[in-house]
Amino acid sequence: MLAIKKENLTKFFDFLMQSGHDVYAPICDGELVNFERFTDANVDGLDLETLKTVRSPKDFFFPQVENLFDATQEGKAIQIEAAPVVDKPFVIFGIRPCDIKAIHILDSVYLADPVDKFYQARREQGVLISLACANPQPTCFCKAFGIDAASPEADIAAWQIGDTIHLQAQSEKGAELLKKVCPNHLIEEVGNDGEADIKAQQKEIREKIDTLPYSNGLPLEKLVPNHLLELFDAPQWDDLHKTCIACGTCTFICPTCQCYDIKDFTAGAKIKRFRCWDSCMYSDFTQMAHGNPRQTQKERFRQRFMHKLVYFPDKNNGEFACVGCGRCVAKCPSSLNIIKVIKSFGVDSNV
Amino acid sequence: MQELMKAKAKELLAGGIVQKVLAWKKGDFPQNPAPAFFADESQLDEMVYDKFCAANLAKFMVEAKKEDGKTLVFLRPCDTYSYNQLLKENRVSREKAYIIGVGCEGVVAVEEMQGTGLLERCRVCTKINHVIYDELIGAETVKRETDDAAARFDRVEEVEKMTSDERYAFWQNQLSKCIRCNACRNACPSCSCKKCVFDGDSYDTEQKANASSFEEQMFHIIRAYHVAGRCTDCGECARVCPQGIELNLLNRKFIKDINELYGEFQAGADIEALGPLTDFNIDQDPEPSSF
Repeated sequence: MLAIKKENLTKFFDFLMQSGHDVYAPICDGELVNFERFTDANVDGLDLETLKTVRSPKDFFFPQVENLFDATQEGKAIQIEAAPVVDKPFVIFGIRPCDIKAIHILDSVYLADPVDKFYQARREQGVLISLACANPQPTCFCKAFGIDAASPEADIAAWQIGDTIHLQAQSEKGAELLKKVCPNHLIEEVGNDGEADIKAQQKEIREKIDTLPYSNGLPLEKLVPNHLLELFDAPQWDDLHKTCIACGTCTFICPTCQCYDIKDFTAGAKIKRFRCWDSCMYSDFTQMAHGNPRQTQKERFRQRFMHKLVYFPDKNNGEFACVGCGRCVAKCPSSLNIIKVIKSFGVDSNV
Repeated sequence: MQELMKAKAKELLAGGIVQKVLAWKKGDFPQNPAPAFFADESQLDEMVYDKFCAANLAKFMVEAKKEDGKTLVFLRPCDTYSYNQLLKENRVSREKAYIIGVGCEGVVAVEEMQGTGLLERCRVCTKINHVIYDELIGAETVKRETDDAAARFDRVEEVEKMTSDERYAFWQNQLSKCIRCNACRNACPSCSCKKCVFDGDSYDTEQKANASSFEEQMFHIIRAYHVAGRCTDCGECARVCPQGIELNLLNRKFIKDINELYGEFQAGADIEALGPLTDFNIDQDPEPSSF
């Protein structure tokens, strides 16, 4: 078992940067914690305690704006130049297990045929180091989706115990990264003691999670593709959507929301085509030449939850497109969230 | 007070005076009650009113106008200003509303289901009285934990004192956090356009992403200008911003300038009075200086 002293973590980051990586870690800007590029200037903001960054790490693989190509017109000729894909390796430290699972969900969309080359390049260049959740919070419900917050599944899994961070490579990419850093004497072999410490922390985390309000009690039984039409036509949507203010907060902070729009930025004879996150909550989502099939907020609201809880599982072996990170529970301006939706389709509901 | 409110709601529903009730409903946690419509008496057990009821219900009355029947709505003093402003702009229907003004001791801000002290808007609250109502419940309990109302413009003054470079850097830093979720706009009772200019595709505006730092400023600055003279300073924009941007600072700057240039003005206080920016007299009124 390998381990690094917490005080040496920034040296580890420095070493990674010297070896050509960008390093991203949870950084507090004074009030909020987000994944930021680690630099000498924000070293004091490094925050391994806060569980949830406002923005999820999906930003690194599916950024809010991504250029696709430039087109330039000269006379009758049009030159098209593809936007470059990311070619610099980077490391993200401190991703939580739910967010790792969310990246796997994005993989099943963007790495499926036809492969999205921008996403693929980012996934190839990125090394994920995931930190177990020593202090899960009340809004967490990852367990309901079969995620174990005590066992991060990433290139490198990490457990912070006291002033030591234990590291376990779980992929070739992860092993190679640790091998590169090992000669620098930053990372030491701690033998079996480390494993015992990790087991103890895992037990503690799982016990804490079992006491959280939604860990064991989300009624997902009726949310199956066989019920698709009944769910779609269910009367519950009439009430549920009523106080949705149609903002995109839930979709934009969600680690699995994956829809985008394609737009042109025009400047005379030159255009830049880019894609940007879209939200099914927005009135021009699914706007087409003939109009919009979703005319009301009820339909837009329903789409978000049907996608995550019914359509996505239907296409992906029953896997829900929610990881229970709880961001939407904490941030919805109207305190609406996926938990309320799931509960309304509980065992006793008439679906 | 909560029980009095429930009793009143039951009475008005039973008597057919109102067809539905707009209030707050128990959340998943004690800290996140949600705005909700209640259509019948049996649902009212779920109604709640406490220091965690954050949402300003006035904006939801825009939707209530489109529906049949009368809605009972509970408004705190600050919410009545928002309602009045909406009424002045003909965005809500007074005939379809039964307004009960309720007392308020301030709303507690919540992070990860932990209360973190009163919301900033409540700490500097100046709206003690209800400006529109059919009846009042517990209005005598309007009180503040602190007496910071005088501090309302302190933060604006701090920003005013910055050099223009510092101020530019300050706003760049604040606005670059924006993820264009539009929560500020959609929660804002003054943003009630049927179709927002940023939701169209015909003006080269980009509503879903900040394609450049210019655009992220443009969205917020246009919004602030559009609600200038109409913003009641309800603070919903700052409350709902997931990235914690101090959005109401922009609005407060306008309010402060309006107060200084045209005399004290509180949007929503008086439904008849002309707004300071719609009552411009070219011979008498000063031109605002650039800032």
